[in-house]
Amino acid sequence: MTDAEFLLWVRGPAFTTATFIMCAGLVIRFLEIFLLGRKADLAEARGSAFAGGFRTMFKRSIPDAGSFERSGFTLVSGYIFHIGLFIVIFLFVPHILVFEAATGLSWPGLPSNIIDATNVVTMIALLAVLIHRIKDPVMRMLSEFNDYLVWFVTFLPLLTGYLAFHRVGLSAPMLIGLHILSVELLMVLFPFTKLSHAFTLWMARWYNGAIAGYKGVQS
Amino acid sequence: MSGPSFERGYNALKEEIDAPTAAFFSSCVHCGMCAEACLFFTETRDPKYTPIHKLEPLRKVWKQEYTFWGKLGKALGLSRPLTDQDLADWESLVYDSCTLCGRCSMVCPVGNDITYMIRKLREGMAAAGHAPKGLIDATKRAVTIGSPMGVKLPALQAQIRHTEKEYDVKVPMDVEGAEYLCLLSSMEIMNFPEYIGSIARIFKKAKVSWTLSSQAFEATNSGIQIGVSDIAAELVQRIVDVAEELKVKAVISPECGHAYMAIRWDGPNLVGKRFNFKVVHILELLDELRTQGRLKMKDKEARKLTYHDPCQIARRGGVIDQPRNLLNMLADNFVEMPETGKMNWCCGAGGGVSSNERADDLRLKTFARKKAQLDTINVDAIVSACSNCRIHLEEGLEEYHMELPLLSLTETIAEHLAEE
Amino acid sequence: MSKDKTLGETLQERGVSRRSFLKFCATTASMMALPPAMIPVIAATLEKLRRPSVIWLSFQECTGCTESLTRSHSATIEDLIFDTISLDYHHTLQAASGSAAEHAREEAMQENYGNYILVVDGSIPGENNGYSTIAGISNKAMLLEVAAGAAAIVAVGSCAAFGGIPKADPNPTGAVSVSDLIKDKPIVNIPGCPPIPAVITGVLVQFLTFGLPELDQLGRPAAFYGNSIHDRCYRRPFYDKGLFADSFDDEGAKKGWCLFKLGCKGPTTYNACATTKWNDGTSFPIEAGHPCLGCSEPDFWDAGSFYKALSTPTEDIGKTAVYAGAAGLIAGAALGASLRARKQSAVKNHERVTIDDLDQES
Repeated sequence: MTDAEFLLWVRGPAFTTATFIMCAGLVIRFLEIFLLGRKADLAEARGSAFAGGFRTMFKRSIPDAGSFERSGFTLVSGYIFHIGLFIVIFLFVPHILVFEAATGLSWPGLPSNIIDATNVVTMIALLAVLIHRIKDPVMRMLSEFNDYLVWFVTFLPLLTGYLAFHRVGLSAPMLIGLHILSVELLMVLFPFTKLSHAFTLWMARWYNGAIAGYKGVQS
Repeated sequence: MSGPSFERGYNALKEEIDAPTAAFFSSCVHCGMCAEACLFFTETRDPKYTPIHKLEPLRKVWKQEYTFWGKLGKALGLSRPLTDQDLADWESLVYDSCTLCGRCSMVCPVGNDITYMIRKLREGMAAAGHAPKGLIDATKRAVTIGSPMGVKLPALQAQIRHTEKEYDVKVPMDVEGAEYLCLLSSMEIMNFPEYIGSIARIFKKAKVSWTLSSQAFEATNSGIQIGVSDIAAELVQRIVDVAEELKVKAVISPECGHAYMAIRWDGPNLVGKRFNFKVVHILELLDELRTQGRLKMKDKEARKLTYHDPCQIARRGGVIDQPRNLLNMLADNFVEMPETGKMNWCCGAGGGVSSNERADDLRLKTFARKKAQLDTINVDAIVSACSNCRIHLEEGLEEYHMELPLLSLTETIAEHLAEE
Repeated sequence: MSKDKTLGETLQERGVSRRSFLKFCATTASMMALPPAMIPVIAATLEKLRRPSVIWLSFQECTGCTESLTRSHSATIEDLIFDTISLDYHHTLQAASGSAAEHAREEAMQENYGNYILVVDGSIPGENNGYSTIAGISNKAMLLEVAAGAAAIVAVGSCAAFGGIPKADPNPTGAVSVSDLIKDKPIVNIPGCPPIPAVITGVLVQFLTFGLPELDQLGRPAAFYGNSIHDRCYRRPFYDKGLFADSFDDEGAKKGWCLFKLGCKGPTTYNACATTKWNDGTSFPIEAGHPCLGCSEPDFWDAGSFYKALSTPTEDIGKTAVYAGAAGLIAGAALGASLRARKQSAVKNHERVTIDDLDQES
């Protein structure tokens, strides 16, 4: 397989396969969770479960002051790499074109060198997060293979993206192909690993907020 | 088949797992932030006290029973199934080092309600015979005697007689058609009988129609703390029966956090039907009386006061503003602790921990968190609205050589009631 | 024109000044990224060179490569260089035809066996000889025969180098490239559809001066194919700033912004277009406002739409997502129902827990 054929394969059948697995997997995972159901609350409501759930879905992105004090590193590094990932994934013009090809929706992007700089910052933050995971006693105890796998498949597209952007080592078709392939790996693993928290956390926050909101507490 | 067994416990966990549980476990990214929200971790720095870690047995059951890959992994022998030993190993984490305070559930960035799941895990632990001795005994007393502390009706009657004499008030008992059925916690009867006198005086001044019941005076519910819904439902049903029999409009939950949770929020779900009466916390009622102008003070409290939010009343119960309204009515110098209201730190004794002697040392150790909070504000007295919090806080203050009076909000209001 | 004259002598005869010859050498040196000190070396080597015999075979091709080489805007030094090799056989350019032409090929092969250069343009069809024969000889047979005596082979154009358009899906003739058939000779690929004329002559100069040039993994001379169009493109700053033409006639297109969104294959295409340009350095496709087609890369014809951005999937992902969602709904509903049933059975198995069931001893 030549480099060009490889690029064509990752853009073609491989991308289609990865998209299929990711989309079908996410729907399956959603139903796997949702269909377990939840008993209706028979206590007289003090507040609105709906408002509480909706509020917590978004409010949980802003931590309380005490958490900032006690879990500062986790929060700051977490913010940096999540925002970095958002910028790199959704605001790089070649990426926007992928979303446009899939959904027909388009939005303005950022200059490529800003994306490049963000990518570097994001990679540094992810490395810091990894070191923290290994060093912090709590995180080390909690961590399992899944957590490191998820870290790796998140880091890989950033790294291959960097190499492709700067054309390090291999031919451009090979580098771009490897980059897309690393994203496909991420897509395939997405529904079946902790990566799916990007979707399930909206459900989790919803339930949390709804349970609290029903009792009149803003969680 | 009688007696606890691993199979019964496992089955209970399978029953308990629902969509929120699955969403929570699916979302946990092992960030460890819940550890820093838990006073058992912050005061010991021992990673095993990380809240989400306490749920490991439940997570295993969810994964192996309710996820495709987990089932596959279990079928292929790739993952080890849950064992009775796992439950035994987790017993102290689930019962001794969790007060169901719900602070971790407020902090988790992906929104996991960890406390909600601990409650579920206890259901399996108890059915498998892995509940702590102290809690088992308390639960037995609650069912057989009617009070986890073994308080019987004659003891209450003695306190009532004493109260009626001391305050020249009438304490109504088994009055049909009264507006409110007042519940008590055994701790109030045994440790803080002034509470009975306080509500009697307040209700007399405010002209509230109320009654106690000789059949169901106990508000606390050990069944919830130990995690046996069948028993919890039985205890709630006693109150429901009496409330319906006496045709009251509402039931008043006393100054006790878990009792409020049990009767107000869990009660209808345990007995499986909506109540045809309301349930209010005594603070809710007092605040309502305040807004109606039925609560008149003769003077104000001069001391600098702060308020300790009982977790089940504030964070898990939603009664947050009422005590503050009352305190501002009562005192000019009311100050908040840092991290208060729905973010308050637990006293360290809720969720059955105080009934579990094995946890005594740990419980007192965690008081350091409350001490740190108190050290920042320098108050003359602490006010709270939960006798369990009060007992533990008093113990903690003594242990840490702090001389700080602990007041009941209801009792303090009664002391400052305007004379006729 | 005698074969015995050196290139220097021929150029002198033709009245090419030393200045313009050195300029040619300098241009060639700069294209090969050689230091200026090498210019005299190139000049001296070329001047002393005796005309090597070149046999040019054309198979499944469109003559575009030959056109590219010969239809220069004006007579150039490249033409002269070409005059100074002995082009002994070339369908399109030679005067002889029929058996005389084939005779010329055989004669050249015999005279220079082991020393001549074989230039090929066009791809070679598969087993069915009917697709392309010359004088009754199949392309493959002729290639194998001529290649056997060649010192080296130059595959000119994407067809000879990679199979090109004849090989495009579904490849009806079973076309293959020169390197697919010949494994035992040095092969220099000069891909492009067509290749830049200056690159063809440049490679020949390099070959004659320094011998076999350094090749990349696709057999292309690194000196000319070392950089991607994207890296040398004058519109690159717009890419970096995130300024793109969205259509062929929008404001961005008029302002000369990057053509990535319109499908430009510059980032994955290695060629000298952006620096050497075409028509005597006049322009190149991107400068003319059209995205690079990537014509010098293997399988360029099948590498997705010319007008679809390089980063995008080549297949219909939106549709795939919809199908996947539908499949997920069915599979998920089935899975969810089985999990629900599992939970229901646990609820059914529930044995009422009483206070007698709490103690392990009891």
